[in-house]
Amino acid sequence: MQAIRETLNARRLLCPLPVIRTQDKVKQLNPGDQLEIICTDPGVMHDIPAWCRINGHQVLDTSSGNHEYIIIIEVGAK
Amino acid sequence: MSKQRKAVALISGGLDSMLAAKIVMEQGVHVEGINFFTGFCVEGHTHAIREKDNAKPNRNNALWVAEQLGIKLHIVDVIEEYKKVLINPKHGYGTHMNPCLDCKIFMVNKAKQWIEENDFDFIITGEVIGQRPMSQTKSKMPIVAKQSGADDLLLRPMCAKNLPATKPELEGWVDREKLHDITGRSRKPQIEMAKQFGIDDYSQPAGGCCFLTDKYYSAKLVDLWKAQGDKDYELDDIMLLKVGRHIRPKPNFKLIVAREEGEGRFLQGYKKDFISMHCSSHPGPLSLIDGELSAEDLFFAARVVARYAQGRDEDQVDITITQKDGSERTIQVKPFSKAEVLNEWHV
Ligand code: SF4
Repeated sequence: MQAIRETLNARRLLCPLPVIRTQDKVKQLNPGDQLEIICTDPGVMHDIPAWCRINGHQVLDTSSGNHEYIIIIEVGAK
Repeated sequence: MSKQRKAVALISGGLDSMLAAKIVMEQGVHVEGINFFTGFCVEGHTHAIREKDNAKPNRNNALWVAEQLGIKLHIVDVIEEYKKVLINPKHGYGTHMNPCLDCKIFMVNKAKQWIEENDFDFIITGEVIGQRPMSQTKSKMPIVAKQSGADDLLLRPMCAKNLPATKPELEGWVDREKLHDITGRSRKPQIEMAKQFGIDDYSQPAGGCCFLTDKYYSAKLVDLWKAQGDKDYELDDIMLLKVGRHIRPKPNFKLIVAREEGEGRFLQGYKKDFISMHCSSHPGPLSLIDGELSAEDLFFAARVVARYAQGRDEDQVDITITQKDGSERTIQVKPFSKAEVLNEWHV
């Protein structure tokens, strides 16, 4: 199966909602798929990587600018 | 070999639930954490909004606890369902607007549903008898177990020895002898236990796990309900109660005045939902105006907004009023003096 890349718009949501939305989205994806999460709450730079570490997913990249925070993750084995 | 049992632990981010999970993990049980997001949780939010709080580590304590314990954490959005708990709590409110007993029953009930769906065996909470006046007295413990439907599948490892044995104990999934008998408000036993487990960093929220135990937050919630004539709310309403100064000079409207840049930026996101005002002749904060206002009220509100701008001591300043559709007009007003902004207007 071809890995896919999806985007999740979590702008204006405050933590932990971006984490919850990420969690719900990841449930629909398969191992190896990538998810780009776009947020405005800086707390995600802390919370999403923490969530990934405890649930076995990988953070591929984080970036920020213009009051937006973008995290790209790869879904791990479930 | 006997089957490995699985438990879900309610993780609030505080020390007690962390210890409760740890005690059961030490007995070889597979533990995962669950955390319910009601919209009122202390986690997140304010530090995301307020610049000044950004200096503090803005970690989510529930996630952090799970990571320290090395367990998975499931965060569940219960914002909608929680409304019926808060709006009409069967067992009433605590000191402020905290419906702790109903809240506990609700959360344990959700955890019960979760263990059924995920094939787990029992539920763990960090409750300690006598710790909280409303929800954690010895007489309330059976109420939570019974009304949540969890019954004897609810294990409180911190005080289990003072309570009747539960199924995990009776079936030998956990050894009752290795559970505890903590009571009362002293934190010493927990701190000692944390030391024994090598846990030296933990959060100890003073009031409780949510904003509803906060006097000022509760007053704003009551004010909101009174002004709208019913107890309903949306997530945006309860978020906005955490931000800015809330000033209600008249029953039909209130102002939400940003206290600093981070709040101003957050309030910007609501300009399509509210009339907003800012001082355009001098630096000053953005304010949202909530309610139905006459032309006279708008003028009055503008004088309040002017009070919080740098031109507060001028005879006249410009206040720009932005409608929800983005159209703007500017009026000239005399800022209210300090004495004219009455204390009782502050919600
Ligand atoms: S403090 Fe808040 S979250 Fe905690 S039990 Fe009470 S109402 Fe529920």
